[in-house]
Amino acid sequence: MKKKEMICIVCPIGCHLEVIEDATSESGYIVKGHKCDKGRVYGIKEMINPTRLITSTVIIKGGNLPRLPVRTDKEIPKNKIFDCMKIINEIEVEAPIKMGDILVENILETGSNIVASRSL
Amino acid sequence: MLIYDIVVVGGGPAGLAAAIEAKKNGIDNILVIERDRELGGILQQCIHNGFGLHIFKEELTGPEYAEKFINELHELGIEYKLDTIVLDISKDKIVSAINTVDGLVNIQAKAVILAMGCRERTRGALNIAGTRPVGVYNAGMAQRLINMEGYMVGKKVIILGSGDIGLIMARRLVLEGAEVIGVLARGGYAAGLGRNVVQCLDDYNIPLMLRHNIVKINGKDRVESVVVVKTDEKKQAIPGTEEVYECDAVLLSVGLIPENELSNNLGIKLDRNTGGPIVNELMETDTEGIFACGNVLHVHDVVDYVTKESQKAGKAASEYVKNQSRSIGEFIKTKPEKGVKYIVPQKIGTDNLGKTVELFMRVNDIYKESKIIIKLDDTVIRQLKRKHMIPSEMERLVLDSRLLTGKEESVLTIEISSEEE
Repeated sequence: MKKKEMICIVCPIGCHLEVIEDATSESGYIVKGHKCDKGRVYGIKEMINPTRLITSTVIIKGGNLPRLPVRTDKEIPKNKIFDCMKIINEIEVEAPIKMGDILVENILETGSNIVASRSL
Repeated sequence: MLIYDIVVVGGGPAGLAAAIEAKKNGIDNILVIERDRELGGILQQCIHNGFGLHIFKEELTGPEYAEKFINELHELGIEYKLDTIVLDISKDKIVSAINTVDGLVNIQAKAVILAMGCRERTRGALNIAGTRPVGVYNAGMAQRLINMEGYMVGKKVIILGSGDIGLIMARRLVLEGAEVIGVLARGGYAAGLGRNVVQCLDDYNIPLMLRHNIVKINGKDRVESVVVVKTDEKKQAIPGTEEVYECDAVLLSVGLIPENELSNNLGIKLDRNTGGPIVNELMETDTEGIFACGNVLHVHDVVDYVTKESQKAGKAASEYVKNQSRSIGEFIKTKPEKGVKYIVPQKIGTDNLGKTVELFMRVNDIYKESKIIIKLDDTVIRQLKRKHMIPSEMERLVLDSRLLTGKEESVLTIEISSEEE
């Protein structure tokens, strides 16, 4: 029986989770130690397909600042983080930009967009 | 002289939330004074996610969190001045401020809210020998340079201090193409949140070097290397364990200090344990009509708590302006005992109590499977079990006011009892 201990990253509480392989349960895993359902979902996802939200900055011209903070609007698979960063590093935008403006749609076919996280 | 009902010193998360709450409580004549070129404070450089889980029930980045409040401030028509620094606040609430447009202005306020935030402890506060080359940054300074100014601080970086800013900057540097040698913690555990160790270090295979310290920085013009030692149980260097690491930048994430020069000059009494003013449950300092909230009061780890605390201060300030007086009542004093670093508020006025009283505290060490014991004089009034407590995570305790009514002049103590002992 495979078992993995991990710290949940969903919120600052940081529950200590124990994820145990279990063929009889629907997801294939049993999660212990979580205080909310988000923790259970995180534990299972971490075993099957770990994902993360990515935040960075892009070059902005004509704004009050030379950099615009951006984020993925959904989590993307962990193994695509650096490919995603390569694309983010190529982006250059012109002010004005509004918070939530989409800069790249469906990045790397992940279903997630790169959006501006402030107006500038 | 300008006249305002409430002057808020600082336009970061605390100042914004306090001003908005005061306005919502019927005070129209409010001025927020911010020394930076824009509102939002530290949030504008915290581009990572994880803000707003309590208040907005969604995971926001720092700038997004700030923008929501800045928009609300605009919608409510609250006045603010940017690029303006407050030089002095007098006991009768005259705020002297200066900027390049108005010159020196004196503002008579009926109430003042202190929301100046905190600043970083610098290399000067540590005993690090060596030269003074380019490339030694406070982690927050580096964060601002990278995230806002577009200036990369180094290619091969070592980080001293495992607080949240240190952890978050380690990830940020790797994402921007730098190599991070490691994050050094002088003690036996990471000072930051567990989730940040996982998503900032483990995800990127950045070593967390527990029980290590930097004792020397080398380099003529630019940082060339650092000397790292192992530390003992008391966080002291162990002779003979020196190792040299080549690097071109050193980040220091070694603590935050509430910025209380204005409060000090005003003669407000500070708490040695928090570094911030002594306040009552309304966030009012010992000087009538002057309130404090956010990191100037005590350093927080979750911005939602700053917002809630500042809303309390904003509401109390507006009540004070409306009534032009306060009902002081007798106070219950709070006192940290064994295992507790500090408690905010430091006193609780029994006249003003709502249904519940909120207390914030920090432990001074890691505690597993332990109890928070709250006593009024010698009687235990509440016990709370905790699985895991660390100094970097603030604990929020809510007490039923009925436990406190009629107990003026008592002392409320909080201590930690570890069952392992």
